[in-house]
Amino acid sequence: MNAMDAAAFTAAERRAWREGVGVALATSAYGVSFGALAVASGLDVWQTGVLSLMMFTGGSQFAFVGVMAAGGLAAAPAAIASAALLGVRNVAYGLRIAPLIGRGWRRAVAPHFTIDESTAVALAQSEPRARRIGFWVTGVGIYVGWNLSTLGGALLGDVLGDPRAYGLDAAAAAAFLALLWPRLRRRQAIAVGVAAAVLASALTPVMMPGVPVLVAALVAIAVGWTNAFGARSAT
Amino acid sequence: MTLWTAVLAASFLCVLLKALGYAIPPRWFETPRAERSIDLLTVALLAALVAVQTLGVGQQIVVDARVPAVIVAAGLLILRAPFLVVVVAAAVVAAVLRALGLAT
Repeated sequence: MNAMDAAAFTAAERRAWREGVGVALATSAYGVSFGALAVASGLDVWQTGVLSLMMFTGGSQFAFVGVMAAGGLAAAPAAIASAALLGVRNVAYGLRIAPLIGRGWRRAVAPHFTIDESTAVALAQSEPRARRIGFWVTGVGIYVGWNLSTLGGALLGDVLGDPRAYGLDAAAAAAFLALLWPRLRRRQAIAVGVAAAVLASALTPVMMPGVPVLVAALVAIAVGWTNAFGARSAT
Repeated sequence: MTLWTAVLAASFLCVLLKALGYAIPPRWFETPRAERSIDLLTVALLAALVAVQTLGVGQQIVVDARVPAVIVAAGLLILRAPFLVVVVAAAVVAAVLRALGLAT
């Protein structure tokens, strides 16, 4: 990379910028709902802020506060396990992004910005430089926006009072559904999703809050490993 | 365990997993079996969380204002509404039903 290349962006690179900024703005906005839900589940504003600053992976953050809301401190081990298991997909993202990122300090900080959105925008670009731009613009943009909106939501949640009166419990369920939706394209995924939902509901009365979700996850790993319900042509 | 310990432990594990993707040889994970398992793991966790958040109150299963709210959310997702619209609509449906006394 030299200075002259850096001065002008090609059409592909401008597209990466545009998409990155668009996704960053849209994603950052719902940090407000995370902040409000986290406070409603019993975390203070600082703990909520640390989740967005350190954990910084939306699905895991929603899972952590969701399980804490259902089970309180007794459910903390299940909350930690849920958050970590939902973070496993970031390993797969890192594998795909690592070849795009050079050595040195960029390599050291890139993992922190490796999330659903930055990976998706990066891999949607066709040129290596546009891919790098897509990754950094989306990842850093969301990091800044998500943390600001989390703080706003947490402060707002603190003054709201009863979260149920504002439908925040329903908002949490809808948030998980919206995160799940784009992943339900294949028949196998739909079968696993339905089975996990039924199993988790059936186990809720007999297990500690948070544990039914983990049992459902184990079933999914078994299905994935053996390719049960999978299309035979899928290779 | 205090709440702070839980917050920091969960955050640490998620940071570790992100770093792992950059540290391990790609061939360990880039098998159809591993990729499929990771995809389905994510689907199952999210689906189970939808169910528990919609129906669970502690260890009880309860049908309340969250159910119509989630049905509205699903309808909006079918119509390709953005994330924030879906989440806000679900909150509004539940809040209005409760304010009118039509659901608990």
